[in-house]
Amino acid sequence: MGCTIKHIEYHLSSLKVTNKDLSFAFPNYSEDEIYKKIGVKTRFNTEKNIIGSDLAFLAAEDLFNNSDYKKADVQFLLFCTEGLDYIAPMTACILQDKLGLNNNIGALDLPAGCSGFTNALGMAKAIVESGQSDNVLLLFGDTPGLVSHPNDFPLRALFSDAGAAVWVEKTDSNQLGNFVYGVDGSGAKHLFVDHSCLRNPPNADWLEENADVGGMPRGQMKMNGLEVFSFSLKEVPLLVNAILEKNKLNFEDIDLFVFHQASNIILKSIQKKLKVSDEKMAYYIEDNGNTVSVSIPLALKKAEREGRIKIGSKVLVAGFGIGFSWSGTVLKY
Amino acid sequence: MGIQDLIKKLENELDEVENGSLTPETSIRDVEWWSSMHALVIIALIDTEYDVAISGADLKTIFTIQDIFNVIQEKKKNGSN
Repeated sequence: MGCTIKHIEYHLSSLKVTNKDLSFAFPNYSEDEIYKKIGVKTRFNTEKNIIGSDLAFLAAEDLFNNSDYKKADVQFLLFCTEGLDYIAPMTACILQDKLGLNNNIGALDLPAGCSGFTNALGMAKAIVESGQSDNVLLLFGDTPGLVSHPNDFPLRALFSDAGAAVWVEKTDSNQLGNFVYGVDGSGAKHLFVDHSCLRNPPNADWLEENADVGGMPRGQMKMNGLEVFSFSLKEVPLLVNAILEKNKLNFEDIDLFVFHQASNIILKSIQKKLKVSDEKMAYYIEDNGNTVSVSIPLALKKAEREGRIKIGSKVLVAGFGIGFSWSGTVLKY
Repeated sequence: MGIQDLIKKLENELDEVENGSLTPETSIRDVEWWSSMHALVIIALIDTEYDVAISGADLKTIFTIQDIFNVIQEKKKNGSN
C-alpha cells in the first residue's frame, strides 16, 4: 500500500504588485533593477482582512469544483501555515466547519513555512500508510505580506501571499517516496517573526515604535538574507543526496528538481552547485514570487500544465527555510 | 589556485565589473555598485568554484579581494567546510 498526490490547486492573493508599483514605493530602485536583483516580475498581497486560512479555503473550493473529490469524502485535514487564525483553537477546526467537512475526521495544524509542503506531505503519507485514513486534504495558506515592514525592500519584493489545496489518497503502488527531514534551530534567529507571540508579544512599546506603519500588531518578519543564503547553499545539496540515497536512486534518474522557490539567486546557486541541467530545474518564481509553503505545489501544478511532468516522471521535491528546517522526497508519477 | 584566477572569476560573475579592473587591493565594499546582493553572489561563487562555505560572519572580516583569497586558502587548509 502507498499513496499519491491526486489533485493540486493554488490561489494567489488579489492585490497584484508589479515592479512599477514597487519602484514608486522604493524610488532608489528602477523597475529593471528590481527585476535584475530579485528575478520577480509580480507578487501578490492580501487585502480586505484576508488571511492564510481564507486563501487555503479558496484553494480548497477550487479543488472540490475542479475534481471528482467530494467534501464528504475527506477523512483527514492538515492545515499548514505560519499565520494561524488564533493561538487556539486549531485553525484546521475552523476550516473543517467553514468547508462543511464531516465531523468524524482528523484535523491538525502544522506550522512550518518554506519546508511546509514537504513536511505536510510526509505527515500525510504517514497517516495514510499507517492505515489511519484513506485520504488527506492538505491545505496551505501563508501571508508573509502581513508581517513584512512596509519599508523592507527585500521582503516586499520577494514574497507573496497564497494558498494551496492538495488531495493525497491511498493507492496500490507507492508513489510518494521515502522522506528525509532535517532541522537546525540555531538558525531560528536568522528568519523569524519578531513580536508575534507569547515569548515576545507586541506590547505597547512595540506598537508605539511602529505607530507610523500601523503598529505592526501581528509582528515583523526579520530575515538575515546572508545567513539564509549560506544555510540553503550548504544544506540543500546534502538534502538532495540524502533523498536520492534513501530512495535508492541516482542523480540521473530524476526528471525534474522542484525546490522550494526561495529566490532566484538561491535556486541558481543550488542548480550550479548540483550541476542540474536547465531542462531538469524548476523555476516558478518570476510571475508570483516566493509563496512560502505554496511554492512547491504551485510549481508542480505549473510543471504538469507545461508537460514537464508526465506519467513515469520522477520528481525530486525539497523544502527548506525558516527554522532552519528542511525535508524532501521523490514523487513517482 | 592563484589570486589572479579568483579575480578573473569575480570579474566574470559580477555584471558591474569590467575585466582587468579588480586588483588584490580592491576594497569590495567601497566600489559604488556594492550591495548585499553582491555578497550573495560572492558567497555562491566561492562555494561552487572552490567548494568552500563562507558564512555571514566570515564575510564581516572580508574587505578586499586579498581577504577573500586568504579566507578561501585558510578554509581549504583546515578542511573546514
